[in-house]
Amino acid sequence: MSSNQESLNTLNEIRDLMERSSKFLSLSGLSGVFAGIFALIGSIAAFVRFKTDFYTPTISSSGSFSNEDVISFLLIDGLLVLTFSLASGILFTVRKARKRRLQIWNSSSRRLLVSMFIPLAAGGIFCLAMLHYGYIWLVFPVTLLFYGLALVNASRFTYPEVFYLGISEIVLGCIALFLTGYSLVFWAIGFGLLHIIYGATMYNKYDREVITKTIQ
Amino acid sequence: MDWLENFNKVLESKIRLGLMSVLVVNESLSFNELKELLQLTDGNLASHLRALEEAGYVEVQKQFSGRKPLTTYKSTNTGQKAFASHLQVLENMIRQNL
Repeated sequence: MSSNQESLNTLNEIRDLMERSSKFLSLSGLSGVFAGIFALIGSIAAFVRFKTDFYTPTISSSGSFSNEDVISFLLIDGLLVLTFSLASGILFTVRKARKRRLQIWNSSSRRLLVSMFIPLAAGGIFCLAMLHYGYIWLVFPVTLLFYGLALVNASRFTYPEVFYLGISEIVLGCIALFLTGYSLVFWAIGFGLLHIIYGATMYNKYDREVITKTIQ
Repeated sequence: MDWLENFNKVLESKIRLGLMSVLVVNESLSFNELKELLQLTDGNLASHLRALEEAGYVEVQKQFSGRKPLTTYKSTNTGQKAFASHLQVLENMIRQNL
């Protein structure tokens, strides 16, 4: 019996080793929560700036604002959200990796970044082209779509739940394509709410477990 | 006890089995990455890797990244087949003992 137990332990260790070596598991759930909060703040800022409420279809037919106004404000707003989200994401991930004594910059994190970067870069250029031609109202759903594609692509190299987050972003993006008047609402749901839900779920499922384990 | 005949001597060691398992799921890994993953000393890791190399299960590539030598390891086709059949043997063994 004990030899059976021993071989089971060995197999479990090996499975853990295979997973740890091929997947980047230091992504912290908290970084998702914070990215969501920053995105919500960003979309609220946009609501306030363009003086709209959640229901009025705007931006597509913004009479009082010129295109340049809208574009420059949204670019700055978006970049600020991105910077804060990335900074908090890196901070919490580094902390989690240190706690678990894992390396941050290894082949799995490199693969994760590359697989995210390719769809994001293509999407970013696509969005710039749309801004250039004046299709501002399409930029919102398209950012959701490409971000979702990037997540689906990257999910192979990290937690499997990232796949479902990606699919949700894609579905949301597809719906938003046909309801362009509510772009900001969809943006707030996709980048804000979904991130918070995802981050909190991940934190409860993986990070807390680690903390209680270390206490024991 | 027919599974005993198929028992792979090279993969009998837990460390070598661990090394093969990470090299099967990854395209290639460097000496230092393997060292960190399996928490081994340089000498210990080198001797186990040499055993795997002699069996033809892994391929060694020596390159330079800048001025530092970089040794990376890859599993060969033979190694992947041996690993898969060894897992099958282990599975049969556990089933028979249940």
